[in-house]
This record gives sequence, C-alpha cells and structure tokens, in this order.
Amino acid sequence: MSDHPPLAQTPLHDVHVRLGAKMVGFAGYDMPIQFEGVMAEHKWTREHCGLFDVSHMGPCLLTLPGGPRADADAHFEIAKLIETLVPGDIQGLEPGQARLTVLLNEEGGILDDLIITRPYEGDQQGRLYIVVNGATKEDDWALMKEKLGDLADLERLDNRILVALQGPDAEAVVTERFPEAAYLGFMESRRMVCKGLTCIVSRCGYTGEDGFEILVPASGAGYVVELLDDERVKPIGLGARDSLRLEAGLCLYGHDLDPQKTPVEASLTWLISKSRREAADFPGATKILDQIANGAPIRRVGIQPMDRAPAREGTEIYAGDQKIGEITSGGFGPTVQGPVAMGYVDREFAKTGTELTLMVRGKPRAAKVAKLPFVPHNYKR
Amino acid sequence: MTVKYTEDHEWVSVEGDTAIVGITSYAAEQLGDVVFVELPEEGRNSNKGDELAVVESVKAASDVYAPVSGIVKEANSELEGAPETVNQDPEGKGWFVKMLITDPTQLDAMMDADAYKAFCADL
Repeated sequence: MSDHPPLAQTPLHDVHVRLGAKMVGFAGYDMPIQFEGVMAEHKWTREHCGLFDVSHMGPCLLTLPGGPRADADAHFEIAKLIETLVPGDIQGLEPGQARLTVLLNEEGGILDDLIITRPYEGDQQGRLYIVVNGATKEDDWALMKEKLGDLADLERLDNRILVALQGPDAEAVVTERFPEAAYLGFMESRRMVCKGLTCIVSRCGYTGEDGFEILVPASGAGYVVELLDDERVKPIGLGARDSLRLEAGLCLYGHDLDPQKTPVEASLTWLISKSRREAADFPGATKILDQIANGAPIRRVGIQPMDRAPAREGTEIYAGDQKIGEITSGGFGPTVQGPVAMGYVDREFAKTGTELTLMVRGKPRAAKVAKLPFVPHNYKR
Repeated sequence: MTVKYTEDHEWVSVEGDTAIVGITSYAAEQLGDVVFVELPEEGRNSNKGDELAVVESVKAASDVYAPVSGIVKEANSELEGAPETVNQDPEGKGWFVKMLITDPTQLDAMMDADAYKAFCADL
C-alpha cells in the first residue's frame, strides 16, 4: 500500500543494527530511535557524552563558480548570494564562524532552519558550509539552485557521515582526537584531519549541552566505532535527541516551525540581524519588519504543564473558554523530571507565568507559560 | 484464579466476577520508560475494545483497550506518583484497574500463558 521509496541508510546503519538499536523511518532514512532506552540515553548525554548519527541531515557546500579563493572579497560575494534567501548577517561572519538562520518564503514564512559556516581556512573563501534538515534537504537544495542559478555551485555532502558528540565529556573526547578543537568556541568551525580523514569539526549541537558536530568521509565508519569504544561515549537515538532539544527550547522543523510561521512568531527575532533589518532586503521583509515593530499576532512559548500528564503535539491551549493556541512539541523531560512543551499562543497570553488550560484527551489540565529553555544551556562561549 | 492474555498485550487475572487488568512485560518493554498513566474513574462502564487507559512513555502516548466488558471497580492510584512501577512490575504491582466482568464468555476467546508466549515469539 505504500508509495514511499525504500528507506535510505546512513554509512553507520550497520553499526546501529549491530548495537541492537530499535530502528524507525525518519526523513526517508532507517534511523535508530533508541539503543538502551530514551530515559537512560537522555541522562547519559547530560552527564557524559552522547554520540548521535545525524547523517540523514543535509550538509552541503555552496561555492562561487570559479572555486574557493584566497581573497576576502570572495566571502562577501558568496554571502550576498545566500543572503537573498535568509535574514541572517552572513557577510559579517568571521572566518570559522557559524550562524543559525532560516530559509524564508516571500511571505516571511520559514522553509527550514539551517546553520551556515564561513570556512576558517584562508584558501577556502567564497565557499559556505551549510547544514539543512534531512526532511527538507531536497526542497532546500532545489530552492537554492533555482534562486542562485549559475551564480554558485552546490555540492551535496549527504553521502558522508555526520555525527554529533554532545555533553560535558564531549570536549575531552573530541580534543583527544582533534587537538585543534580546543580552540573552537560555541558556533565555531574548522577543517581538521584525524587518522588521515579530513573532517569539518563544528562546536554546536541540538541538546543545549557543549558539543561538536563532525562531518566525516563516508569511509570513516570504523573511526566512529572507535569513538564508541570510549567509555565516556554511548550511542543515542532520535528519541533522546528529541527530549534533549525540547528541554533546551530548540525548535524542530515541521513541528515548531513551518512555512506559515515567521521568525518573529517563532520567537526567533534574534535571527534577523541588525544590518539586514536596516537593509530590509530578505524575503518577507515587509511583514517581518512590521511584526518586529508592532508585534506578531501569535508567539512561540514554553509551556509547563502543572501536573504529570504530558501534553503532546496538537494539544489545544485555552485561556478560560477561549482557544488561544496549540502545542507544537510536547513530552516528558527526563532532566526536568516532568512534562515539558512548546507551542504557539495569541500574543496577549505569551507572558511568562500566564495561566493556561490544556485539553489533554478531553480533560482540562492546568499549565502556565514558562521561560525557555527548561534546562540551562551549557555552551562553551 | 486464571490469567488470560490479549493480542493487544494486556493481561487479565480473573477471580470470581472480578478481573484485574494490566499490560504485559512484553508491552512494557516495547513502550520503554513509562512516565504517566491516565486511568479511568471508578464506576465507568466499558465495552470490550473501548479505550480504558492511556500509558505515556517519553516518546509517545499509547491507548490501552478494555480486554473485556465491565465496570471499573478500582484504578491503581499508586501509578499516579510512581508510573515507573509499570516497567518494574508490569504483571504485578503495575496493574491498571479492577473490573467487574459483565460478560464472562469473552474470556473464552483469550489466550492462556502458553498461547500468549507463542504469540509473542512470532512477533
């Protein structure tokens, strides 16, 4: 009955199966949802170091047609091109600096969230390292090709291994293998070589913890297996990845973000860089700048249920008898040891502490607007 | 006392006209860490197959259906403060409800322990 193509496999697929992972289809890939259990994996990541296979995502290189160059102007040329699609200040990135931004449609709606990095290496200017979401990568790359045409070359790198190492022990684990990684602060990136493998090491992640994302050649699966031999490192599935990012207040595209939501509505106004506000030259700028000046009709907020019942995606939010919004991500936070959620509410109910009612399976349950994140970030600034 | 099992991985322990209902070790293992159980109020009249309870893991919410028709006599209030009991002792202290059975013939079609074991082995 299924019209879906068969699930793709990452280069680490055999490793997951050998480790006894429970596998599920996600973003078109057969991915591990859990190894020993979501609760244990979540806690291990907050206390030690979790290793996540995120090779289903969409790493790519966007390069000027002549190839990378050694002059600083090359960066501005490529940055101006991508800035036609995103509201972040890409021209202003320092060498080796990474920035979270969003792809926007002409109405200011969010087509994806992505991280754009300016290469650190002096001879790699005029090139951007971009990582988009797995479920949206084909559309994102089609959009980039359509909008940029012959002005830039897009090279997809999603046949490689992309792993995230997250948690307080990640720094020790990674710097023992990549000594230069010690120089990286949060949202900084460099090309590094380990055991003959040329990798891109970036200090970022999706858990709220300090950590790294490392792009490894497809032939490097054995190297990742060696990492898992380290007693501080355990493999972590998509289940804990979701509970970790939710506690950290981070958005999941397709749930907390979608083409109907603007960055202002999504409480991501900080992504609209000052220089870009002044230039007003990004897609949907009229609507987004109006919302920055006058407020957006709805806002993404943290939501803390007051009892033990988790409120899942789709749960309706009420203030009195009036429906004022919906949960977009919700579940149980193992570190918080209670239910946590995010959702959109009408602007007048977005203030921290506002009392709400969640309709969970027809039963009203008390909740309040909570400050995000639920668990403090431990980024290395 | 007889214990019967359903294809939905519930167990029903019958003594006289009362059934104690819970989920099996297999189900608890599949669900993973249980973090919340929503139980029916006492006195609720459920038909076989009606939604009886909801069990929530970190990942997702799953329905538990009434394995037999009956009236809820008691819900296991221990699970409110200690939902992890469902993982620790699913076929003992982690029971969900006690029901007054209204149609005992429904039990005849259910599996005994050996049949259920064979059923799980084939999954």
